[in-house]
Amino acid sequence: MLNLNAFVVGLLFGLGLIISGMTDPAKVIGFLDLAGAWDPSLAFVMAGAILIGAIGFTIAKKRQFSLLGAPMRLSSATKLDTRLLLGSLVFGIGWGLSGFCPGPAVVSAAAGQPKAWLFVVSMLFGMALYTLLERREE
Amino acid sequence: MNLSDFTHDAYIAGLSGGLLIGIAAAMFVLLNGRIAGISGILGGLLQAGKGDKIWRVMFLLGMAASPYLYQIASDLPAVTIEADTAQLIIAGLLVGLGTSYASGCTSGHGVCGISRGSIRSIAATLTFMLAGIITVYLTRHLTGL
Repeated sequence: MLNLNAFVVGLLFGLGLIISGMTDPAKVIGFLDLAGAWDPSLAFVMAGAILIGAIGFTIAKKRQFSLLGAPMRLSSATKLDTRLLLGSLVFGIGWGLSGFCPGPAVVSAAAGQPKAWLFVVSMLFGMALYTLLERREE
Repeated sequence: MNLSDFTHDAYIAGLSGGLLIGIAAAMFVLLNGRIAGISGILGGLLQAGKGDKIWRVMFLLGMAASPYLYQIASDLPAVTIEADTAQLIIAGLLVGLGTSYASGCTSGHGVCGISRGSIRSIAATLTFMLAGIITVYLTRHLTGL
């Protein structure tokens, strides 16, 4: 049941990304391009998502287990550390350079875009590199 | 309703797509007790010894199926990727590394984290949005990369 719901949620999430326009990197760059022909429509994506998300998370925060009985795995971290801020900075540079963030890149790659595949494979290398670097530190 | 006519209005499209993303994120936390964060779901697949691979694969398969389901109703919206090969490789590496260190991306921090009122996620989202805005400014308006 949990796995089936993961599939359904992935499907709805992907449809949301396509309908909203997030899967078009040129549109994403237009949203980030405040000094150019700024396209603010993607701000509505976040507003719509947070509107519904906030209802779900308000209920979820009060529970120890999900409606299907799975443990509620919400981060309890509150510290603003260098890893969070530097990591977000590096992510933002890559996002601005390509117009791709992870979700839309996965959807576009699945739709058969060769350039999206190149991005996704490079991103997986970046994630694997992180795992290697972390292991060395242990 | 014709889905392609419906998406002509970019604002309504953005809002309705966003509402759907919100529904997905709310369903995932309420039913599975998990954050619908794409970088975290992908990253977990790369970590050896983690036993929870199946739901991650199922989530990604659902995402991968979404353009095909959409195509039943309408043509996929146009996608324009202006970045060249070198830019895509560098951007991919930066996004992979950055989201791993930051424990999240646009979905995990930007949607789920802000929805639950996490200060870390608000700080992360402001940081990557600002970095994206500055990067676009530098590449588009200063260097013409």
